[in-house]
Amino acid sequence: MPTVTRSEIERVFREEYGRAVAVLARVFGDIDIAEEAVQEAFVTAVARWPSRGLPPAPAGWIITTARNRAIDRLRREASRDDRHAQAALLHARDDPVQESPVQDDRLRLIFTCCHPALGRAAQVALTLRLLGGLRTPEIARAFLVPEATMAQRLVRAKGKIRDARIPYRVPSEADLPERLASVLAVAYLIFSEGYAASSGERLIREELATEAIRLGRLLAKLMPDEPEVLGLLALMLLLHSRRAARTTTTGELVPLPEQDRSLWDHDLIDQGQALVKRCLARNQPGPYQLQAAINAVHSDALTVAETDWRQILALYDQLLTFAPTTVVALNRAVVVAEIHGPRQALELIDGLSLEGYYLYHAIRADLLRRLGQLHDATTAYRAAIDRTDNAAEIRFLRRRISAIRPRSAANEQTD
Amino acid sequence: MRAAGAWVFSGGLHAASTATVLNPRSDEMPMTDGPYVEGKEHIGGLVIIKAESLDEALAWGGKVARATTLPVEVRPFQGELED
Repeated sequence: MPTVTRSEIERVFREEYGRAVAVLARVFGDIDIAEEAVQEAFVTAVARWPSRGLPPAPAGWIITTARNRAIDRLRREASRDDRHAQAALLHARDDPVQESPVQDDRLRLIFTCCHPALGRAAQVALTLRLLGGLRTPEIARAFLVPEATMAQRLVRAKGKIRDARIPYRVPSEADLPERLASVLAVAYLIFSEGYAASSGERLIREELATEAIRLGRLLAKLMPDEPEVLGLLALMLLLHSRRAARTTTTGELVPLPEQDRSLWDHDLIDQGQALVKRCLARNQPGPYQLQAAINAVHSDALTVAETDWRQILALYDQLLTFAPTTVVALNRAVVVAEIHGPRQALELIDGLSLEGYYLYHAIRADLLRRLGQLHDATTAYRAAIDRTDNAAEIRFLRRRISAIRPRSAANEQTD
Repeated sequence: MRAAGAWVFSGGLHAASTATVLNPRSDEMPMTDGPYVEGKEHIGGLVIIKAESLDEALAWGGKVARATTLPVEVRPFQGELED
């Protein structure tokens, strides 16, 4: 008798939850009914699979069980004159449980979750909940909001989808670019929250990065002809390949030039670089592809000295034409410092209005330090510390200050 | 009201949280979730349309917003429409 462990069921849950909810949301025309049904099916699975073994097609079993349970329940409710239940049953009669071979139901679900009529925070929460199968308390912890607030956010968003009739479908060709941008922004935001960790618990954040990559892989599978989709996946893989090198065992941050490159995950780098080549070959560059390409160039260098800064600068120049933001200009200035020196870079960033952004001050501080203006550098590091809540970032900036302090004191005496 | 000939139209709207605002003056944020938030804005008129989905309603709302150059709040009525 094959034994099925809890963690195996958990794995099936994680991998198949999104698909099951997506299929059932189409069948019943209602997300709440779909979610409830899928959860109920997993409860049954937990009770049954350990003794009877994993069914040959776990996803199919979950979907069928969920559908049958939901229909039973809706029939009971419909007989009590519940019009909502009656409508859902009617819907289920016309929609087969089989997925159409040309369109994965998850694609509709993604576009519905990321509909621009929903606020960004709601889009992110819905995507994690419905596609990733994350539980509400986990999402709340990841974004440092009280559980009740997150629950409320999800209820409100699902209520709007239902009452305002946000359609459950993949947008038309004409609307696709704009709608896709919203989907990619949500995926990248989930990733960045896990990667940059502006605040919050570490474990759940690693899960966010993994979840974003899972979503990225799904998007790349469902929309293989969209170069920006491939670009986003490549970008996430390349950034994620450095996760072991970017913090020490004690959780201290290690900036890219100081990272031990032997810790980089070369399997992820290979995947990322292959994707960069594949999407750039289509010659329809976009911001995600260019950021991925920049990271691919970094990944090519075995040591920081081997970095092809001129190629990176050329990519930043191109990126600026797509995304002319001050943050991109700031990052470009860091590259300018490598090629033309810190003084030129400092001139470039002094014109940027990024007063509230901690990285602006941290980068400025670094440039000042390299120019030997140690007093100003210290002030700028302090300004950076004042603008972040991330404990690891703050410790990193404090270390930078203490590294220059002895020399700074000597320097000030001669001033 | 009907008998007196005063009644023209009535209907209950869904909660304000189902609203979407279209802003013709913003390139970056042409659409935002939720009702009007700025206290100084007042309703200047209304259009009642029939639409299958929010996307269809937003397409019409966008046309109105561009034609009037004013923000348009799109909000669903409760219940089914009678023809």
